[in-house]
Amino acid sequence: MTQAHQLTILGGLDKDGNPEEVERIEIFRGEIVGIVGPTGSGKSSFIGDIEQFAQGDTPSCRTILIDGEIPGSEMRSDPRRKLIAQLSQNMHFLADMTVEDFLKMHAKSRGKPSKVVARVIELANTLTGEPVHPEHHLTILSGGQSRALMTADIAVISDSPIVLIDEIENAGIKKKEALELLAGEGKIVVVVTHDPMLALMTSRRIVMKNGGVCKLIDTSTDERRVCEDLSRVDDWLMNLRETIRRGEVVEAAL
Amino acid sequence: MKLVVIAGTPGAGKTSVLMHTVKSLQRMEMKPAVVKIDCLWTEDDSRFQRLNVPVIVGLARDMCPDHYSIYNVDDMLSWAEEQDADVLLNETAGLCLRCAPYPDSCLAVCVIDVTTGPNAPLKVGPLLTTADVAVVTKGDMVSQAEREVFRERILETNPRCRIVEANGLSGKGAAELAEIIREGPEVKEDMVLRHNPPLAICTLCTGELRVSKEHHRGVLRHLDGFMEYTGE
Repeated sequence: MTQAHQLTILGGLDKDGNPEEVERIEIFRGEIVGIVGPTGSGKSSFIGDIEQFAQGDTPSCRTILIDGEIPGSEMRSDPRRKLIAQLSQNMHFLADMTVEDFLKMHAKSRGKPSKVVARVIELANTLTGEPVHPEHHLTILSGGQSRALMTADIAVISDSPIVLIDEIENAGIKKKEALELLAGEGKIVVVVTHDPMLALMTSRRIVMKNGGVCKLIDTSTDERRVCEDLSRVDDWLMNLRETIRRGEVVEAAL
Repeated sequence: MKLVVIAGTPGAGKTSVLMHTVKSLQRMEMKPAVVKIDCLWTEDDSRFQRLNVPVIVGLARDMCPDHYSIYNVDDMLSWAEEQDADVLLNETAGLCLRCAPYPDSCLAVCVIDVTTGPNAPLKVGPLLTTADVAVVTKGDMVSQAEREVFRERILETNPRCRIVEANGLSGKGAAELAEIIREGPEVKEDMVLRHNPPLAICTLCTGELRVSKEHHRGVLRHLDGFMEYTGE
């Protein structure tokens, strides 16, 4: 795997054409950074800029550097050399292929052996309720199954030093486990989220407004404690959800 | 003079990608001119006019639009010279996928939509297999894994082509395509096509309306694949 130690985002313009308030953001290996802000504030465009290594040629005019340098054009396109894995907001596959054929072809495009396919399916099934089978057609998978499969695919096949995640909480899969799985070890992770627990699991968060970055907040010690409380609440909710899904009756209060 | 032939399936986003590419070419101080070929009707010329670029429309009407486009290449190039252009962008109608209206000394661009699924590159035929550049659109509508599988399928059918991921809404990919056009070949005299158009001189081509097989003459292929010539 090609390495990346540092991701730099040089500020561009907001939706009104004014320069962004934060001019330069550096993200280092091993760090998880959140992107927060109201809907329509430009969060998805921000990670879109990173995904395509924008060089002032996107509507935001941002510039992306890897290890302080402009990335080469082959890094932008060739999946075998790609530094970026991206989980977008798409909830469904459009490809009319079986899960196994699709994963084999994806493994081939990333230069991975086809034996990784079984591992992807196994991991996906730890994140979702109803299991995914290799002979299933992608188009019949539910939103949760598709999302779980996309997540496991990124963790195993698109194993890249920079991981971009867009709203992983929106699919009824185990969000905390999914984020930990994607973050792996020693990667640069950028996660767009509306979820308080995920936002506070990061070390810093970028705040978006009107298409531009308006603030950068370090997660404080107090916020980390809030995150631990949230995590307990989340576990409780997850257990309740599973109980109800199994068709059982809920008994104890918190 | 450079010639760029932009082909692709209907609705793939040829015009939108091309409009962003025109803007990128103008920023590079190149002088593009656009010929838009369509079958029956188009209003794309008014979209291009807003970019201050010379544009003409050719409607093929009852002729095959790709044949029409091939047959009129010389006239298009002379028109572009009169407009003082240095690159002619010829956007084809793109219909049956069997014709590939690419002369040898042009930049052949095939625009293909990723939402048509990973089998689509196998169906497109010479339009894709003889192209220099495959422009993949609508990538924002699928996962990264699907984009990469689609790309692999394109390279299986045409290992030599360059792939540009483009977005007709945001303009992504236009600057890259414009750069490829700038480095592209100059037109030569006596150009030849990269691939033969379909053999299809039959009575339907000359206006026969009756359906039944007994009324048809010419080079005809049966459902079982058997091909014959009937006639004088």
